[in-house]
Amino acid sequence: MNPFIHQSYLLADVLPPAATLPAAANTGTLMLLVTIFVVAVFVGVEIIVKIPPTLHTPLMSGSNAISGITVVGAILESGKDGGTTATVLGLIAVILATINVVGGFVVTDRMLSMFKPKSKN
Amino acid sequence: MALIDLCYLISAVLFIIGLKGMTKPRTAVRGNWIGSLAMLLAIVATLLHRDVVTWTGILISIAIGSVIGTVMAKRVQMTTMPQMVALLNGLGGGGSFLVAGAYLAGKEHTTLVSAGNEGMDVLIATAASGLIGAVTLTGSLVAYGKLEEFKFLKDFDAPWQKLANLLLAVACIGLSALMVVEPAWAEVAYWVMVLLALGLGVLLVISIGGADMPVVIALLNSYSGLAASATGFVLNNTLLIIAGSLVGASGIILTRIMCTAMNRSIWAVLFGTLQAKGKSTTSDDIYANVKSTSPEEVAMMLEVAERVLIVPGYGMAVAQAQHAVRDLTNLLLAKGIEVEFGIHPVAGRMPGHMNVLLAEADIAYERLKEMDEVNASMDKVDVAIVLGANDVVNPLARTDPNSPIAGMPIIDVDRARTVINIKRSLSPGFAGIANPLFALDHSLMLYADGKKAIVDIVKALQEG
Repeated sequence: MNPFIHQSYLLADVLPPAATLPAAANTGTLMLLVTIFVVAVFVGVEIIVKIPPTLHTPLMSGSNAISGITVVGAILESGKDGGTTATVLGLIAVILATINVVGGFVVTDRMLSMFKPKSKN
Repeated sequence: MALIDLCYLISAVLFIIGLKGMTKPRTAVRGNWIGSLAMLLAIVATLLHRDVVTWTGILISIAIGSVIGTVMAKRVQMTTMPQMVALLNGLGGGGSFLVAGAYLAGKEHTTLVSAGNEGMDVLIATAASGLIGAVTLTGSLVAYGKLEEFKFLKDFDAPWQKLANLLLAVACIGLSALMVVEPAWAEVAYWVMVLLALGLGVLLVISIGGADMPVVIALLNSYSGLAASATGFVLNNTLLIIAGSLVGASGIILTRIMCTAMNRSIWAVLFGTLQAKGKSTTSDDIYANVKSTSPEEVAMMLEVAERVLIVPGYGMAVAQAQHAVRDLTNLLLAKGIEVEFGIHPVAGRMPGHMNVLLAEADIAYERLKEMDEVNASMDKVDVAIVLGANDVVNPLARTDPNSPIAGMPIIDVDRARTVINIKRSLSPGFAGIANPLFALDHSLMLYADGKKAIVDIVKALQEG
């Protein structure tokens, strides 16, 4: 059992569930999410164009690890009481995403620690 | 205070700070650590979510995944890094479509459907997550197989392929529409669509050639992020949306850089329209005046050089020559000869592939120069050594507007005083065209395996 079950609250608890809202409010949530998505893409582009080509492979494996964030969704789906199928699918997703996350971060660390400045040569 | 939302916010900020650290080699290690910290925070916060009623299975799954991930990451050779990234990409995509599937199987969805309240936006997002995730999974696995050079994936060329791609794509979109219009059928339609999308992923990548792999891997990287983002829309989870879109942006930028570096559109890469293959009739004329050389002769030329440029290609990775190259570099530096590396953006099988190999061999990253930088000072280069590269140094890209590589930016080694081409034979590169560079007056061929050639040059230098 989750020991923190009574201590955690979510934004979603404050708002009524989307499904019970009138259609207009529902679009509001969607627009908010789309806004977040678009802004985040722009932030990503701004940072990533500054990354030098020499670090492009570590960038790929590192950002790859970040795409394993889907593990959060997997934990939510497998952890909630949603029936056996949902739990099993969620748990497989947890395994796959964790391999993605851990493998990605570890291999990126291995690569980056090899990049050394000139003074060493 | 919404504790979990706060954790997600901190986690999102840390992801961005971590990526920012990657903009410099000096801060990159720390950046990666910040990124993994962000992930840990996100996972711990999610475990505290009040909907998460059972931990046992999750913790066991995380443990299994961590062990597999760590073992893979520790064991992988630097030369096979593209394969590793392809595999990890695929797993991320696979995770995403399973999560979306789990959502459809779960009670929340079934309750909403029977109440007639399931949101259209959620269903669209679920379909997107399934489609992108499934294409990413099989596409990456095929990319992995092609990088490993499995025979059965080679030279796949079926006339029905484009039509099949089109039909599969249309069917996937049709099934997605069905999910939205008939939510009661959503789960069935979803899994049929995922099945078709898995097939689509295979067909999309199977006909793409080896040298186009940098583009494919970058694109799949982007997809795995977009799949995570779509899953975020399904679950109303902002962290998934933010982190996923960061990765999506990164992959798109890398894809664009790779395409520019090949002067090809993304459509040309994906739908394989590289024209004019194997002009063997003309190559005999072009290669009439090719001169070959020996390691000893190369050593003598290097002795008297002031400036040496090494241009590595995929051949260096195949021959595992990077450590021998390091020895050569150190020897030349000790003799007071300046050594630089000219790295073409698409050299190797993924963005930055050459840089990682040379870094593995302890060559300082300041010596690794970008194409534009080495081209600017090419006239001062005494000896340019082309090691296992071909198309990226082919002057036809500049001179022949009808060549399949016309307009592709290249490293202009032909402008160096002397060019040494280390290659096993005169066989063409991926573009399938002859390279007039090999026949230039100041150009010499050293026919050998990349590693052996460099080792022999080092030996000759030490004895001389």
